[in-house]
Amino acid sequence: MDYTNFFLMKEELSLIGVMLILLVYDIFSGEKGKRHFQTLALGLLGLHTAVNCLPREAFDAFGGMYSYKPVMTAVKTILSAATIIVLMQVNNWLKDEERRNKQGEYIYLTLSTLLGMYFMISSGNFLLFVIGLEMASIPMAALVAFDKYRQTSAEAAAKYIFSAAFASAISLFGISLIYGSTGTLYFDDLAGSITGSPLQVMAFVFFAAGLFFKISLVPFHLWTADVYEGAPTTVTAYLSVVSKGAAVFVLFSLLTKVFGALMEEWQFILYALVLLSITVGNLFALRQKNMKRFLAFSSISQAGYIVLAVLAGTPQGLTALIYYVLVYACSNLAVFGVVSIIEQRSGKTDIADYNGLYKTNPRLSVAMMLALFSLGGIPFFAGFFSKFFVFMAAAEQGFYVLIFIALLNTVISLYYYLIVVKAMFVKDNERPIETIRSDRPAQIALALCMFGVLCLGILSVVYEGIGQLAL
Amino acid sequence: MNFLSIFVLIPTLMMLGLFLSKSRKQIQAVALTGASLLMIMAGVLTYLYLAERVAGNSAEMLFTADTVWYAPLNIHYSSGVDGVSVAMLLLSAIIVFTGVLASWKIDPLPKEFFLWFSLLSIGVFGFFITTDLFTMFMYYEIALIPMYLLIGLWGSGRKEYSAMKLTLMLMGGSAFILLGILGIYYGSGATTMNILELSKLHIPIELQRYFFPVVFLGFGVLGALFPFHTWSPDGHASAPTAVSMLHAGVLMKLGGYGCFRIAIYLLPEAAQELSWIFIVLTGISVVYGAFSAIVQTDLKYINAYSSVSHCGLVLFAILMLNRTAMTGAVMQMLSHGLMTALFFALIGMIYGRTHTRDIRELAGLMKVMPFLSVCYVIAGLASLGLPGLSGFVAEMTIFVGAFENPDIFHRVFTTIAVSSIVITAVYILRVVGKILYGKVENKHYLELTDAVWYEKFSVTVLIVAIVALGSAPLWVSNMISDSLIPVIGQLAR
Repeated sequence: MDYTNFFLMKEELSLIGVMLILLVYDIFSGEKGKRHFQTLALGLLGLHTAVNCLPREAFDAFGGMYSYKPVMTAVKTILSAATIIVLMQVNNWLKDEERRNKQGEYIYLTLSTLLGMYFMISSGNFLLFVIGLEMASIPMAALVAFDKYRQTSAEAAAKYIFSAAFASAISLFGISLIYGSTGTLYFDDLAGSITGSPLQVMAFVFFAAGLFFKISLVPFHLWTADVYEGAPTTVTAYLSVVSKGAAVFVLFSLLTKVFGALMEEWQFILYALVLLSITVGNLFALRQKNMKRFLAFSSISQAGYIVLAVLAGTPQGLTALIYYVLVYACSNLAVFGVVSIIEQRSGKTDIADYNGLYKTNPRLSVAMMLALFSLGGIPFFAGFFSKFFVFMAAAEQGFYVLIFIALLNTVISLYYYLIVVKAMFVKDNERPIETIRSDRPAQIALALCMFGVLCLGILSVVYEGIGQLAL
Repeated sequence: MNFLSIFVLIPTLMMLGLFLSKSRKQIQAVALTGASLLMIMAGVLTYLYLAERVAGNSAEMLFTADTVWYAPLNIHYSSGVDGVSVAMLLLSAIIVFTGVLASWKIDPLPKEFFLWFSLLSIGVFGFFITTDLFTMFMYYEIALIPMYLLIGLWGSGRKEYSAMKLTLMLMGGSAFILLGILGIYYGSGATTMNILELSKLHIPIELQRYFFPVVFLGFGVLGALFPFHTWSPDGHASAPTAVSMLHAGVLMKLGGYGCFRIAIYLLPEAAQELSWIFIVLTGISVVYGAFSAIVQTDLKYINAYSSVSHCGLVLFAILMLNRTAMTGAVMQMLSHGLMTALFFALIGMIYGRTHTRDIRELAGLMKVMPFLSVCYVIAGLASLGLPGLSGFVAEMTIFVGAFENPDIFHRVFTTIAVSSIVITAVYILRVVGKILYGKVENKHYLELTDAVWYEKFSVTVLIVAIVALGSAPLWVSNMISDSLIPVIGQLAR
């Protein structure tokens, strides 16, 4: 075995390095050193992101087990940048009395899931893929259960781990069928040996179900609302952005690379799933009273739009997908940032509690409004561009009917985003949420998200850069 | 970036200035300066445009500029104007200027109000200067979204309901437009989204049959096409004065302009084949809007339904697909924009004093506020088409053009549409007689004051424009009519 292969996995190695340093520091630092723990974590992660943000030549390592493409750098950078933002938002929450001794765990668990996603993204073999998937799921359950004495958090974790285990089992069953019918698990070999026999179609359906669960497409979405509501808000933010983004990218590359021969079948399946996710997600979001549940359903419907780009299956679709994930990360993390700041300071999470927020917290309200407009696809916020590009990618393949339904759904989604805007700006409240002074890292995180929301669309460089990598 | 981009730049700078301003004085100063600059620039543009034409420049669009924006997707930021867009820019500048004056004392949150108002202006001006499908659609949506907060926050009556209804219906329309744009782009196999380039390509007729109704319907929603006009009465009635003015005066014209610039121009074969469907619908709009206005008792509702009728006439004239009628359509856009803005401004001023818009409670206003009342009469006369004012010129041109179509179907519908003139006279004269003349029944009204300087200024500007358009229409109509040659050429190919 050629050990130099290890050094090719630069991204993963540097992330592991970050984790080890943090682990050692967490153990050996005293009470005083603990105070700087988060700063150190953010700094190291920032360094890790910066070092690995330049794409390299494509290569295979370990005989094809690990496979790298330049576009993966874009995805990994987006994911780790999003993780940094999440960690900035979590800062204040982790300093609480009951969590102060567990900051190490939180960051360590988060980074483990990130590492899992890295492996999932770069895998060239189903075995590595499954390891990555599990590594991304199991620490996630621990994160969901982070407030373990709060019943909802524990309950959410139980729901998450059961559904995740079930999904993995089904996925593995699918993989075993694939192995049975082709005799290999390497993606490159599979591409040639999948011919579209009924067994392989069945294998694909089982396998894909596991990924659909991660992306929380309808009808694999039933865990989403409960977990989102019960989990600590920052974990929910992470779950809805990073975890989803990684899974969608992997779905795209597997479908086009490995299951290219089954194109007709997966287009049919995805068509139905997109339709269901967008519509069902929207219709349920209409009825929600709790902010976090509301965002859960909104994220289900957003996932539908992302998968619309997967459906296109072209390089243009891949570019639109990654760009959408980036924009979605900015907008959604901004919304979650505001929600978590408000939840930490006032404990309120109902939409009705936001009534009259503009009078007391103008800045938070404006940030939230801009992010919601971006999610709703209003120009000149980035969300408009990302939606438009997804629709373009799908239109190129002729999915006009689906686009039309998706477009009508954007109108519905605008309705419920406007409900929140209305609550903040139009409605009166006798006892509005008091004026909140948020902590510096959370402010910076919010500012970064706002920068993304306002500038990503207007600066075409970002899209074009991703486009060049995705070719 | 070129000369035209200044129309987007000024409102952007206005937003920046508003953002930094501290007191109401500063806010007013910034808003007025910006609006005046826009008006001056619109005047300069008109002059330059006409001078360029006189000098013999016969290009389809003038002052064109093109910057690549999203290279892989062939999205450019391209701008250019022809006679129609120049006319529209002039109209928008006038309405924005008078709108700023009409909302001089807006309360509460003046800063936020003018911020959103400027954003709305960016959308409107941007829409008229671009020649790229993507940018056009983007500006269209930018113009829509501020409406929600403008109505929701500063409106009156059932404002939350109306704001939501308006936003969602117009966004629904924009969903159709987006589908149409994608269809046109991929259907034509083009490598550009520039309208001028796209018009040279032939989109297969099978695709045109799908996308013409889609695009026309999409823009038609904003043009108050029956049965998708229902947002208009509620929205206009609840909106604050300046927003009603801008929305009915300019934003509804985006619909007509889009139908003409995208639906007819890029999909001409299907337009000829399927125009009958929309002629029927717009015919209904024209007559139904006028009849509805008769039975309303709220001044704003009357004017909103009257807008449905008049804007219906715009779309009706566009669908006649000949040069005279289309010239009339653009003239009608101008004329309706000016007079409906005047109406809404006056209604706002009357409402600000009497705190009611119910015509059953108003009477004898001529005695207490003679200036406003006389202006109201002038607006009414323009609306019912009195020669010498703008309405006459526009409607006359439309009907003459419509009658040029020799077949029974077009003539029957033209006759039906013509009848709206009579119905318009009924509701205008009824309202004028009821609220302006007679005895003052409510003693409180005797203490009310007439218009103050900024109100007088705003109203006078509009009346001057209406009279100018009505008494000397030729230079505008020639400018418009010359720019329609390419469109007619498309239809004849």
